[in-house]
Amino acid sequence: MSGDAPLLNVEHLTMRFGGLVAIDDLSFTAATRQITAIIGPNGAGKTTVFNCLTGFYKPTVGRLTMMRNGRPWLLEQLEDYRISRDAGVARTFQNIRVFPEMSVLENLIVAQHDKLMKASGYSAIALFGIGGYRAAEREAVELARYWLERVDLLAEADDDAGSLSYGAQRRLEIARAMCTDPALLCLDEPAAGLNPRETGELNKLLAEIRDEHGIGLLLIEHDMSVVMEMSDHVIVLDYGRKISDGTPEQVRNDPAVIRAYLGQEEDAVYGEGA
Amino acid sequence: MASLAAAPPRIDVAATIKEALMTAFVSAALLVPLVGFRITNRGGDQFLDTRWTEVAIAVALIFIGRVFLVLIRSGSYILPAVGGALVAAAGWQVGVPSEFLTVLAVAGGLVIILRAGITAYTEKRAASGAPAIGDGFADGYRKALPWLASALIVFALVLPFLPFSGRHTIDIAILVLTYIMLGWGLNIVVGLAGLLDLGYVAFYAVGAYSYALLAAAFDFSFWVCLPLAGVFAGFFGIILGFPVLRLRGDYLAIVTLGFGEMIRVILLNWVSFTNGPDGVSGIPRPSFFGLEFKRYPPEGTESFHQFFGLEYSSVHRVIFLYYLILILALITNYFTRRIRTLPVGRAWEAMREDEIACRSLGINPRNTKLSAFAIGAMFGGFAGAFFATRQGFISPESFTFLESAIILAVVVLGGMGSQMGVVLAAVVLIGLPEYIRDLQEYRMLAFGAGMVLIMTWRPRGLLAHRDPTIRLNAGKSS
Repeated sequence: MSGDAPLLNVEHLTMRFGGLVAIDDLSFTAATRQITAIIGPNGAGKTTVFNCLTGFYKPTVGRLTMMRNGRPWLLEQLEDYRISRDAGVARTFQNIRVFPEMSVLENLIVAQHDKLMKASGYSAIALFGIGGYRAAEREAVELARYWLERVDLLAEADDDAGSLSYGAQRRLEIARAMCTDPALLCLDEPAAGLNPRETGELNKLLAEIRDEHGIGLLLIEHDMSVVMEMSDHVIVLDYGRKISDGTPEQVRNDPAVIRAYLGQEEDAVYGEGA
Repeated sequence: MASLAAAPPRIDVAATIKEALMTAFVSAALLVPLVGFRITNRGGDQFLDTRWTEVAIAVALIFIGRVFLVLIRSGSYILPAVGGALVAAAGWQVGVPSEFLTVLAVAGGLVIILRAGITAYTEKRAASGAPAIGDGFADGYRKALPWLASALIVFALVLPFLPFSGRHTIDIAILVLTYIMLGWGLNIVVGLAGLLDLGYVAFYAVGAYSYALLAAAFDFSFWVCLPLAGVFAGFFGIILGFPVLRLRGDYLAIVTLGFGEMIRVILLNWVSFTNGPDGVSGIPRPSFFGLEFKRYPPEGTESFHQFFGLEYSSVHRVIFLYYLILILALITNYFTRRIRTLPVGRAWEAMREDEIACRSLGINPRNTKLSAFAIGAMFGGFAGAFFATRQGFISPESFTFLESAIILAVVVLGGMGSQMGVVLAAVVLIGLPEYIRDLQEYRMLAFGAGMVLIMTWRPRGLLAHRDPTIRLNAGKSS
C-alpha cells in the first residue's frame, strides 16, 4: 500500500435522526501517516461522524471503506467491536471513558484483549496454567510499559485510573487506544481541558505517533493551535455539510470558513455583491 | 482545623427550634392517622378509638430528639448524650400508656447516645489529623488478607473436630458455606461483570432439580450428576443471557427477577415432570468414593464405617457433606481468583466499568456477558446439586425470590467483588440468625437492622477493596 492510498474513504455519508439531518452527504478521505482534522462550530456533526465511523451509529446512507491488511473493510456493515478488532479503527472519547476502578496497567492490558484471548485459548486453556498465555501476557505488559513511558504515566501504572488527573486520563485513553494496534486513531477533542503545557506535550505525542508508528490520525478539535500546527489536512463542517477541505493554510483563508465561525456581516455581503 | 474544634460550640437557638418544629410537624402529620386512630373490636362491633396522648408524647419525643441531633451536629456532645440516656431511662421505667412509646423512647435515646459518641470520636480523630477510620482499616486489611485467608481455611478444615462443634454447629456451617458458595458464584455475575441478577436462585433450582430428576430417572450417582447439574445451569444462564444482552441496571434486574420467578412457576406447575408442589423426595445421598453412609449397606457392598473400621454414627455423613461443600466453595473461590487474571475476567471487569469503551477496544460484549452469566450460573448449579443431595428432598418452596434476595444481600453487603466480604457477610447474615433462632420474631428484625447499619456506615460493603490483578512495579506497592 503506498503512502498516499486513502486509508479511510468516506463517501456520501448521511445521518438523519428523525427529521434532523446531522450529517448531509459528507465525503472525505484520510491518509496513513497524516493527521486529518475535522473542525466546525458546535453542533456541526463532528462527533456524529466519529460515531458512524466507529459503529456506534449506523449511517442512514453512505459507504465507509477502511483499508487494512491489504483488504477493504466496509465499516457501515461491521458490528462496533469488530471495527476496532478487525478494521483497526481505535478511538478516544470526548467525555473520557477510562475504566476508573481498574489500574492504569490493567486498562492497557484490557485493550489487548483479542490478542490475549487467542493466546490463552479463550481463557479456557490458560485456566489450567498451560499454553503460552504467560509469555503473551508478558509481551502485553511490555507493550503497555512502552506506551506508559510514551505518555509519561509509568510511575502511576498501579494506581486506579479514576484517581488520575484529567490530563493524565486523556493521555491514558490515547495509550489505551494505541495498545489495540490500530491503523487509524480517532481522537475526539484530545486537547479539551488541557493547559497550554499539556497541549504542547499532546502535539508532540501525536506527531510521534504519526511519524514513528505510521498510522493515520483523525482528529476532532476546537483548539485551533492544535489543529493549525498539527494537521496535514483539515475538513470543515457546518450544519452537517462540508464547507471546506484542504491544508490548514487553505482552510484558514477560506471565506466560507470565516463566515461559519464569525458570522457574516451584512455590509460585507452587500459590499461583495456590489 | 484545631482552632475550629477548640472553639466553644456555637448554637443558633432559633434555627434549632425551627428545624425541630418542622420535624415535629411532619411526624405529627404522619402519626395522627397512623397512631391516633385505632379500630377495636368489642362484642362483635367495631369502634374507632383515638389515642391522642400517645401522639402528643411521640411528637414531643421526636421534637426533643431532633434538638439533640442538631446539637450533636453543631459540636455539642455531652448534653445530647445525657439527655438521650435520660429519655431512654424514662421510657424504660416510667409507666407510659403503650409499648410503642417505650420502644420509641428507649430506641431513640440509644440512637442519640450512639450518634453523639461516634460523631465525637470521628471529629476528634479528624481534628488530630489521623486518617479516617476506613482508610487505616483498608490498609491493614490488605496486609492481613493472606494470613486471614489461610487461618480461615485451616479453621474450616478442623472445624468438625473441635470440641464445641456438635451436629448443630456443623449443620449451620454447611448452610453458611452453601451461601458462601452461592455468593461467590453470584459475585462473578454481579461483582465482576456488573450485571445485577435478581434471579440467581433459578440456577440453584435448575442444579437441584437436574440432580434430583437425573438420579431418579437414570439412577446416576451424585458424582456423575454434579457436573451435569453445572452444565444444565450454565445452559440456562445462556438462555437468560440472550434476551437481556442490551439491558442494563434496573431493566436488567427486573428481567432477571422475572426469569427467576418463571423457573419457579414452571417447577410448580409442570407436575408430570417435576411432581409440582409436592417436590421430589428420596434423592440419593452422596457416597464417599462408592462407600455409602448407611448403617446396614445393601448386600455385597461395604459402607463407610465398615471400611474404615469405625463405629457407625450419623454424624459421619454430616461431616462428609461439610467437607464436600467446603471443597466446592473453595473451587469456586479459586476459579474466580484465577479467572480475574485471565482475559475473560479482565473483560468482565472492564464491561462493568464501561461497556462503550469495551466495544471501542474490540471486546465482543455478547460473548463477554454470556460467559459471565453461564459461568456464574454453573456454580449456582453445583450448589443446587449439593443442596438436593444434602436435603434429600426439594420442592419449589426452596427457590423463592427471598433466596435470590438473600444471596444478593450477601454479595452486596460483603462488598461487590470482594471474596472475603462474601464470607463475612454470609457468616453475619446466615450464621448469626441461625444461632440466635431463640429470639424468634426479632431474628428478621435484626437482619434488617444489620443491613441498614452496614449500608449506612460502609455503603460499598463491609470489605470493599479491589487489588489490581497485575502490577508493573511489583513489590513497590505504595
